[in-house]
Amino acid sequence: MSEAVLETRNLHKSFGALKATDDVSIDLRPGEIHAIIGPNGAGKSTLIAQICGGLQPDAGSVHLSGRDVSGLSTAARAQAGLGRTFQISALAMEDTVLENALLGALGQSGRPWQFWRSAARRTDLLDRAMAALDRVGLLDDAEQVTANLSHGQRRQLEVAVALTLGPKAFVMDEPMAGLGTEGSKTMTTFLDGLREEAPILLVEHDMDAVFALADRISVLVYGRVIATGTVDEIRASKEVKEAYLGEEA
Amino acid sequence: MSTILIIEQILNGLQSGIMLFLMAAGLTLIFGVMGLINLAHGSLYMVGAFAAAAVAGATGSFLLALVAALAAAALAGAIVEMVVIRRLYKAPHLDQVLATFALILIFSEGTRWIFGSFPLFLDVPSYLSGPIRLPGGIQYPLYRLVLIGVGLSVAIGLWWLTARTRIGIQIRAGENDREMIAALGVDISKLYTIVFALGAALAGLAGALVGAIQSVQVGMGEPVLILAFVVIVIGGIGSIKGAFIGAILVGLTDTLGGIFLPQLFKLFMETGAATQTGSALASMAVYVLMSLVLIWRPTGLFGARA
Amino acid sequence: MIRESYINWIVLAGFLVVPLWALSADEPFTITLATRAVLLALAAVGLNIALGIGGLVSLGHAAFFGLGGYAMGILAHHAQTFTPLELGMFTIAGTKSMPIIWLTAIIVSALAAFVIGLLSLRTTGVYFIMITLAFGQMFFFFSISWSAYGGEDGLSIYVRNGFPGLNTLVPIQFFGLCFTALCAALFVHWKLRKSPFGLALNAARQSPARVETVGLNPVRLKLLAFVISGAITGLAGALFADLNRFVSPTMFSWQLSGELIVLIIIGGVGRLMGPVIGAALFVTLEHFLGAFTDFWHVWLGVILLLIVLFARGGVVGILTGKAGPHV
Ligand SMILES: Nc1ncnc2c1ncn2[C@@H]1O[C@H](COP(=O)(O)OP(=O)(O)OP(=O)(O)O)[C@@H](O)[C@H]1O
Ligand SMILES: [Mg+2]
Repeated sequence: MSEAVLETRNLHKSFGALKATDDVSIDLRPGEIHAIIGPNGAGKSTLIAQICGGLQPDAGSVHLSGRDVSGLSTAARAQAGLGRTFQISALAMEDTVLENALLGALGQSGRPWQFWRSAARRTDLLDRAMAALDRVGLLDDAEQVTANLSHGQRRQLEVAVALTLGPKAFVMDEPMAGLGTEGSKTMTTFLDGLREEAPILLVEHDMDAVFALADRISVLVYGRVIATGTVDEIRASKEVKEAYLGEEA
Repeated sequence: MSTILIIEQILNGLQSGIMLFLMAAGLTLIFGVMGLINLAHGSLYMVGAFAAAAVAGATGSFLLALVAALAAAALAGAIVEMVVIRRLYKAPHLDQVLATFALILIFSEGTRWIFGSFPLFLDVPSYLSGPIRLPGGIQYPLYRLVLIGVGLSVAIGLWWLTARTRIGIQIRAGENDREMIAALGVDISKLYTIVFALGAALAGLAGALVGAIQSVQVGMGEPVLILAFVVIVIGGIGSIKGAFIGAILVGLTDTLGGIFLPQLFKLFMETGAATQTGSALASMAVYVLMSLVLIWRPTGLFGARA
Repeated sequence: MIRESYINWIVLAGFLVVPLWALSADEPFTITLATRAVLLALAAVGLNIALGIGGLVSLGHAAFFGLGGYAMGILAHHAQTFTPLELGMFTIAGTKSMPIIWLTAIIVSALAAFVIGLLSLRTTGVYFIMITLAFGQMFFFFSISWSAYGGEDGLSIYVRNGFPGLNTLVPIQFFGLCFTALCAALFVHWKLRKSPFGLALNAARQSPARVETVGLNPVRLKLLAFVISGAITGLAGALFADLNRFVSPTMFSWQLSGELIVLIIIGGVGRLMGPVIGAALFVTLEHFLGAFTDFWHVWLGVILLLIVLFARGGVVGILTGKAGPHV
């Protein structure tokens, strides 16, 4: 079995009396989509924040390609190869779509300290940004101001910015949220192809998408991973049904 | 240096700290509840002082003057809240800074218009003037002791108001969750006006009380305002307890620094240079204190952690 | 609606035409007024880089303005009294040469901005505003109590400092120098805004989380912006002191910090020419309203309130019909 690209070891995080993350150890292997599911407030976003660096865990560690990145800042983890998308789009809303993608390419290049040259003349950045926009189907909207995009297009742009980073692993928080059936299908097809490029840790509420995409699923309830397994195993698991799916089915 | 002098200076520091607290309490309350940064708070201090000076001049009664200061500042605060401030609660901080800066211009020049550029004088009433003998043989001005007493009473009153009364509960609920409190049927805009007027009244009271030992003039509010900012940054914005402790710290640092730093430098410098260096550094001492606190805790001593 | 670039060129042209007209009409005072506007604009162009692009609401930029002023005052004071300036380990001579004074002003205020920024940027929001304000006050009180350079009374310089090849005592020549400095600063802003650094800084204002997740450090970006900003405002301070041949603690006053923000807002925050338009209007208002009433600040306050409440984009926003960046 190949080594995990991304791994958490015994993560713990409490907010006062609330255990938002309770001994979570999961891993993401090359070429796979590992979905994290769980009811609202289960601690999925909190987990992602600890992986990507916004939130310091109380205990435990995060490893990227075998390297302990727990002590690194968010920026350093991104440079080390984490490509994150947010549950609620965090984009530069006044900037154009292209500028947002350029920002990603700029971060990837690691050379933001240029003051005299026009960013639009850095062809290396431009190519990278355009390529990413093209892949998510936003090329025609490159000159649009981001605030004018539809909700679905913003989700696509989130993904495009992550693409410009050329990450070792994607970490996506509900990329389908609010997309509608059609949008979800497109995004599903897109993510399906993306796993070859880098594995995806996917937090998602859309069960159709999860069952269609995931190689493995982990179920998070009250901050604990109560089960990890293939789609079929999770579907069959009694525990999961009781704790989570039961309520919905 | 004698013990008496030291005790005297500590009392002076306490007194100025407690007056700062009156300013800082209003500022921090307004920020905590409404999320508003109010530069015009110093103008309300000035309004209180002018109202007191004018009424004392006309009636000769210091108590009436204090009542006038409270009323005028509260009224000015309520009007300003209803006309301008209320539009700023959801606005970015920059807008709040600018609009309240504009209010300072209007208040200051307006006051100059009405009262002229010369300072007014507000006298300490005879029954409060003169020194009093403290245990240990220290002579200390009675009025300054009264200021300490009044300030402490206000602090206790504020604590009681926020911890024990219905309106205090509403205020604290408003800090945590505006929608919740609106859903409970509390008239939130009325609550905000009341909080703002209360903060204004405290500032006005401080202005009147301090106006009796300093001169009452246009622009008197801004230095105090800035020190009050330092206080609430040190204490943690939104925390009344923090404002109290911060105010005492700043009052003591400012007063004691001015006296003792030059003395300290005399130990290893010649007198002239020591006085110069010491007093220059003393004038910056509270800001150094603030930077140190912030390096240690970026949200102040009692501020909510980001 | 008018294109922003047209407005920009018209404003710049206006700044050239007015003093040239004043020269031909022999109205030296108008040239002095125009120089004053240019220098306030220069200081605000500096602030606009931190405020308009980086979103840093600094209420303490007077610190840099004053440092620039005192850099000029102290160097010129030592030159005119023929006393060397003792700096602990080494001694330097004073100077009346503008290029050296400018360089000193820029370096000193950049260093100060670095230290102040490093400390202040640990915080955000209201804390940042108040802390920058407090640092400004720190310099204010220091300058008042430091009697070696005049304390509260300030320092006077007998003769304006010199620039190779020019007679700076001729108002129009000094104006030309200041105007050139303003154009250079505008050019810096314009270049910066389009550069990779500007792209990242502008995004850091809007969404620090986004900038971090692409692997950039928003605080470092903002710190550098703050340093550049402080350096430009410092240069403005040195020239401003030279214009008045006088420097005093009022250059450090927090009202000045407030007024610099006001200029920017009146013109249009984050807009290339916002500060320039704001400064032109400010000086014009000051001159005409000031002649008409002693209490013109009341009207300035009212205008400012109206702009904040009803016209957030400032003059450029109104003319172009585009709201512009949000800070
Ligand atoms: N900073 C915080 N302070 C206190 N509690 C928090 C904080 N952040 C999250 N929580 C709590 O932790 C729990 C987990 O939140 P989290 O956002 O991780 O859930 P989630 O699984 O992502 O939910 P959703 O599906 O709604 O996105 C929730 O109960 C939430 O209220
Ligand atoms: Mg979530």
